[in-house]
Formats: sequence, structure tokens, C-alpha cells
Amino acid sequence: MAASPAPRAAPSASPILEMRGITKAFPGVKALDNVTLAVRAGEIHAVCGENGAGKSTLMKVLSGVYPAGSYDGHILFDGEERLFSGIPDSEALGIIIIHQELALVPLLSIAENIFLGNEAASRFGVIDWPLAMARTRDLLARVGLDEAPETLVTDLGVGKQQLVEIAKALSKRVRLLILDEPTASLNESDSAALLTLLEAFRDQGITSILISHKLNEIARVADSVTILRDGASVETLAREAMLGPDGNLNEDRIIKGMVGRDLAHRYPPREGVTIGEPLLEVTGWSVRHPLHPDRLAVQDVSLTVRRGEVVGMAGLLGAGRTEFAMSLFGGAYGQRVAGQARLRGQPADLGSVEAAIRAGLAYATEDRKGYGLVLHEDIRTNVSLANLAGVAARGVIDEDRDRAVAERYRERLRIRSSGIDQATVNLSGGNQQKVVLSKWLFADPDVLILDEPTRGIDVGAKYEIYAIINDLARQGKGVLIISSEMPELLGMCDRILVMNRGRIVGELPAAQASQEAIMRAIVTSGG
Amino acid sequence: MSDTATPVQQAPRPPALAGLNAKAFSGSLRDYGMILCLVGIVIFFQVFTDGALLRPLNLTNLVLQNSYIVVMALGMLLVIVAGHIDLSVGSTAGFIGALAAVLMVQMGLPPLLATVLCLVAGGVIGAAQGWWVAYLRIPSFIVTLAGMLVFKGLTLALLAGQSVGPFPPDFQKLSSGFIPDIVTGGPLRITSVLVGVALAVILVGSNLRRRLGQQRQGFTAEPIGAFALKNALVAAVIVAFSTWLATYRGLPNVLIVMFALILLYRFVTSRTVIGRRIYALGGNEKAAKLSGINTERLTFLTFVNMGVLAALAGLIFAARLNTATPKAGLGFELDVIAACFIGGASASGGVGKVTGAVVGALIMGVMNNGMSILGIGIDYQQVIKGLVLLGAVSIDQYYRKR
Repeated sequence: MAASPAPRAAPSASPILEMRGITKAFPGVKALDNVTLAVRAGEIHAVCGENGAGKSTLMKVLSGVYPAGSYDGHILFDGEERLFSGIPDSEALGIIIIHQELALVPLLSIAENIFLGNEAASRFGVIDWPLAMARTRDLLARVGLDEAPETLVTDLGVGKQQLVEIAKALSKRVRLLILDEPTASLNESDSAALLTLLEAFRDQGITSILISHKLNEIARVADSVTILRDGASVETLAREAMLGPDGNLNEDRIIKGMVGRDLAHRYPPREGVTIGEPLLEVTGWSVRHPLHPDRLAVQDVSLTVRRGEVVGMAGLLGAGRTEFAMSLFGGAYGQRVAGQARLRGQPADLGSVEAAIRAGLAYATEDRKGYGLVLHEDIRTNVSLANLAGVAARGVIDEDRDRAVAERYRERLRIRSSGIDQATVNLSGGNQQKVVLSKWLFADPDVLILDEPTRGIDVGAKYEIYAIINDLARQGKGVLIISSEMPELLGMCDRILVMNRGRIVGELPAAQASQEAIMRAIVTSGG
Repeated sequence: MSDTATPVQQAPRPPALAGLNAKAFSGSLRDYGMILCLVGIVIFFQVFTDGALLRPLNLTNLVLQNSYIVVMALGMLLVIVAGHIDLSVGSTAGFIGALAAVLMVQMGLPPLLATVLCLVAGGVIGAAQGWWVAYLRIPSFIVTLAGMLVFKGLTLALLAGQSVGPFPPDFQKLSSGFIPDIVTGGPLRITSVLVGVALAVILVGSNLRRRLGQQRQGFTAEPIGAFALKNALVAAVIVAFSTWLATYRGLPNVLIVMFALILLYRFVTSRTVIGRRIYALGGNEKAAKLSGINTERLTFLTFVNMGVLAALAGLIFAARLNTATPKAGLGFELDVIAACFIGGASASGGVGKVTGAVVGALIMGVMNNGMSILGIGIDYQQVIKGLVLLGAVSIDQYYRKR
């Protein structure tokens, strides 16, 4: 998406928020070191940095999760020094954070969620439902969500849930809205809508802080950007400095600020790989939707992945890509109604996940925490989980071999941790993803399906994941990448399949692929 | 550009050594905390009962009184680690006791055959409940609550509301028998002492082997001093314990059964593929499933296992009472579940150790016994036990969060 310099109201020069010299130490680690952040009233201020750079810690200091006294430095809001002892204090001033993991109760309605903890109560704690519904309708109109207030949150997609969160923030008379990677799990059109909403808020005088990894978003809406690295603020750029002379975002400068080095190529080149015979051949694969038996979630999908080939799968959220991959992987989704799969030219038994792994297939999930890792277990236990036979003899685990395997992958994939005994819950997103990859590498498959392998991962770790994928291709594996980030597919894949509404609607060789071509395939497929 | 030329990220390194040691320390603190707690309780009652608690006679009783709880706690630990609960174990144990009485006393089946049949019946009961939980996804709380009522009722029906006994002498030996002595007549049961010494040697030996293996691979094991101290203590306790019991009637048969089962389940949970899979299942069922683990079958098997152990416990209890009563097994499930949670198992699954559950069971057992000696009524005994359960789990939670 190109940066369209819309006519924007000049933000006032006076800061609504100033954080001065914030230092926050945990036992053994300095999470924040003399961080300065100044946000002008009425602007959209982007904060970017790698995972672990201190963004979340900074926001927790701001919102009072870490109360005054547990950190050094000063917070000025409206020019006055503020000492928050908890979230209620900051919310009372209109500072509202919307976290990446949404904090909604799925089985309550939109209205109930919006007024949760802030119920429109009349006397004796009895809720005035007509009032609450009316107010909810107003709020939903302001965020542009066309749903009935009685709708249960669980029936909404992630994009709409995000809007409910924002409506909830509005109900608290928000003055400074903080969004922590709001588009991480949204598709392109929902992301665009969200950014438009932020711009509308700016016109209404609401200040926003946008924490984001996505440079195109920053280019589109941000009036200024503060870059954090290793717990310190590197620099704050006003919009003029953010954009290069050609009016486009000066990506190199921001990336350099985030990672502290030049990133010559965002995608490492893949050299010396010859594409060989087909490893995975799927024909006519159709899968029934588990909840709506009359609907097909995947319809007549055929594809081939060859030795040494990296194939991409593009599509909007809900296009059926994950559903296809999981149904292929031992029927972990839905019920197959038609289709055959061949691995290495032989018909493959994919009747269970166990059989699929044995046949040489691996599927690294898009949801690391939910489906990929046993979070409270250590790295070692997670790495060998899909191939316990590889570290055991006659059902008894050889602990030495188990440890040696984990050490090997920790080094090979550069999993940054205190050791293989560290619980995976304490790792950053990128390192968690590497543990998931280690698990599947140790299962030694021929074909790996990687579902959103770099979601929520910072730039440096992304590069390392890409290098691992290239390495796999070099070893003669076939790789199928499912990704919603089109630049990633364009940068990494030999061939890109486009999926929409459960069908493959286009196939583009790398040379002919472009974001426009992919979008054209989607929108012309009649979806 | 070669694949090794990945840029080096300047991420802040976690304080590797400090973090690891702190974690290892707090981990072992938690492990030893419960043992220290047990030691404290033993000393408390030893002092306040004027030494009655640890007299050989009472110690033997303590073992006999708690063996069935310990046996069931082993199975319950696996069920809880797998993310479930089994409320029916007390009823199952009672039902199997009744079944044993019917088979042996009323039908005159030989004890060995009847025992085998009873264990199989326990497995079938576990399978029947596990099937609903694993394959039909009915919450285990509900399935086993139903099972609790069903088998309580069937026990009454089977015994026609009356006590049935006595059992054949051979069967009674399961609970009231002691290991035979080669040299008879002396004040000390030499065989029992020897068994104790042998156990200590085996235990220390296997620990040592494991440690040497770790060192060979270059992994830092715990410091040699701590290792030696720990093993010396364990060995001393075992030898002292068996020698002490040998001054009375020697080691009870059921103690040997219990000890063998503890070692077996410790091995299964910590060293085998199936053990690792149960922890993964309870820790994150979806991830376990996507890692190729047949989670349904595994859940099913933990319930089958629980059924067999509940049956064994029922047999031990029936043999000890030498009669099957309709009230047998009443409330056992509470002691068993409490033992697991006191021992550090997590109600949400994926966490818990066999040693913890055993120590938990012993804490409950020593408290029961000690309070009885002190003459505290059954009313306040329950109050105190309830508070201890709550306190132990709260302390555990507190250390977990830090």
C-alpha cells in the first residue's frame, strides 16, 4: 500500500504526554534505560522496535501496571506530573491501552463487553439495559461497526472484535488511545479500515500511540515515530524526517534504528538450489466445514511442491489456507470428502497426525502459543515432542540424547535463551517460533508447511527464519509457506498460489508475481 | 552469501547464569519444601505424642493405613497431569472390595484368580469411564461423578447392604502379612534390614549412574556436595526405617508393593515416552495433538490405569479390614486428590510429580494418625486437613508466581 499523503491537520506543538528518563529494571535486566517519549496532542505517534526492545514495558509504565515508584523518571500528562498507582488512575485521565491479545469475554454480547466493569447501572446495581444498548449503538456507529449490540463477541471475527475494544475505549472518554500491534492478526482490508479509523479519531482530537512492526502502516498514518532498541529510545522522527525526499517512507533509516545495523537485503538470497522432482502432490482436495456440514471449507485444491522448492500460499484471512493445511496434516481440521495426496510419488496415508508425520509431512502452526508449544515446558521437551522415538529406545527416553538434540537445534537456529532448560513461555515470539521450527526439523520431514512463520516477529528474527527456510530448500526439502504478508511471499517463494474462498484461484511464478497480481487474482475470482 | 551469514541481533541477553540458577534453586526449593513440610509435621507429632508416632508398631500401622491412598495417588497423579480428575476412585475401590468378597467368600474362588479378576474389573471400570471422557469429550468431573454414584450403588447391591467376610488367610496376607524371615527368632528381622539396605544401594546407585551420564555429556549436574548429602540422607532414612520396622514384625508386604509401584511410576513419568506425552497432553492438548500424539487414546489409558490402581487399593483395603463393607472406600477420593494437590500437581494439568503426590499422601496420613493419637475428634481432624490442603496449595502458588 503506497503512502498517500492525505491532507492532515497539523498537530499542535504542545505535548499531551511526556515520558522523561524512564528507567525500569527487573532483577538482572534493565528493561528500559532512560527512555524519552514525547507525544503531541492530536497526533498519531508510532512506536516501533524489535520484540524485546521495551515497547510493552514502556506502555505498562505509562498505564500504571508498574506503579509509580517501581521505575525512575517522570510522566507528564497535560503538563502535570502524574503518579499512577494502577490502571484505574491512568484510565481516569483517558489513557486507554488496547492490547494485542484482546481482553473481551467471548460469550458475552458486544454491549455487555463494552460496559464490563463500567456498567451503565442505575440505583442498587441494577443495569439499565435500554440505556446501555443505546449507548452501545452510538459507540459502534463511531467505530463503523455494523452489528447489533446483542451479538455475542465470539460470533465476530478478530477484526470486528478489535473494533469492539476500541468502542470500549471510547466509552471511557479516551484522550490517549494506545494500540499494541493492532493489525497483527488482521487481514489487509481490516487493517486498512482500522488505520482509517485512527485518522478519523485524529480529526476528532484523540491522540493515538500506534505500536507496530509494519512500516507501511507507519508510513500511512503516523505523524511521528519513536524508535526503541534494547530498552533505549534511539530517536524520534517527525513526519518530514520519516519520509525520504521522494515522499516514501525512509525504511532503511527506521530499520537501521530498530536493529542497529543496515539490513542490506530483507530477504536472504537462495543460491545453489536445484528444484527437483515433486515431493508433495495433492489432487482434488475438498474438506467439509466442521460446523456447517453443508459447506466446503476447502474445495478441489490441487498443488505440487517439489524438492528444493519454496511455494507460497497467498490469500485473505479466512481463505481456507490454514484449513487446507491442517486437513492435509492428518485430518487435524474438518472432514475430507475428496482428494488424494502423494508424497515422494507414493500414495500417502495421512489418516492421523502421527501417520502424516511418519509419511514425511510437517505443519508448523500459525498459532505458536495455542497449537505449537507446551508453553510451561522447557525448550528441550518441546523440541523432541514430535519425534520422541528419535530420542528413545524401547519407550525409554535417553536423556543424554534428548539434551544433545535440543542443544544442537538451539545452536543451529540461534535460539536466544539461558539454556535448553528455559521454559518456552519466557522466550520472545521469534525464539518461540524457532523452537517450533526445531521441533519439526527434528521430525525430519520431506515437506514442511509453515503457516504464518513470521507473524508477530521482529525484523531481525524474521531474517533468521528466512535463512532457515532457504537452508531447508538447500537440503532438498519442499517448503509451503502460508502468509498474509505479500512482500514476504514475493521475497521468498519460487511460486505463489493464490487461494480464495477455499479454492486455488491463481498460480504465479516468482518472476510474474506482484502484490497487484495477487490481489487481482483474488478480486477477479468472484469472491 | 553463505547461510551462516545471518546478521547477529543485538538483543539484550538474558542474564544466563543468574536466571538458570535462580530457577533451579526455586524449583528444588519447591520440591524439597513439601518434604521439609512432612519432616516438620512428623517432628511436631513425634514431640506432642511423646514419641508414640514413630514407635515401630505405629509406624507399621501408618504404612498399612495409608498404602491404599498412596497407590491411588499414583494413578490420580497421571489423571490430573493429563488435565482431568477422577472422583469415582473411592467408590471403585469399595466396589472391587465387595466383588473380591463375593468371588472369594461366597463363590470360593482361589485368592490369586479372584485378585486377577478384580484388577481386570478395575481396568474395565476405568475404560468405561475413560471412553466417555476421551472419545465423547464429556468433562471427567461429570463422568466420574456419575461413576461415583453408580459404583457406590452397585457396592450396596452386590453386598445386599451387609458386610461380607472373612477373607481366606492367603488373601489377608496382602495387607496384614510381613515379608518372611530367613533367620527366625532373633529380636531383629534380618531379611527386612537386608531388603532396606539393598533398596538404598539400588537407589543411590541409579542416581549415581545418571549423574555420571550427565557429566559425560558435559551437562552441569547439581554440585557434588548437595548430591552426596541428598543421597546419604535418602539412604540413611531407608535403612533406618527398615531397621526400625524390623524390630517389630519386619517390612509389611504391602509396603514392598507400594514401594515397587512408586519406583515404577516415577520411572514412567520421568523417563519414558508415554510419560512425556502425558505431560504434553495436559500442558497443551492442541499442541500435543498436532505433534502426532494420539491424545484420545492416551487419556483413555490414564483412566484404565487409574481403574486398575483403584482396584488394587480396594483389595488392599478389603484385606486389611478382612471384610467387605458397603461403606468401604467412602471419601477416599478426597484424600487421594488432596494428596496430589498438596504434592504440587496443577489443577489445570501438565504439572505434578510422583514424589510430590507420595509426599502429599504421607502428609495427610501422618496428620490423620497423629491427630488420632492426640485424641482430636474426627470433626476437627477434617477441619484441620481442609485448612492444610488450602494452605499447602496457596504456598505453592505463591512460590510459583515469584
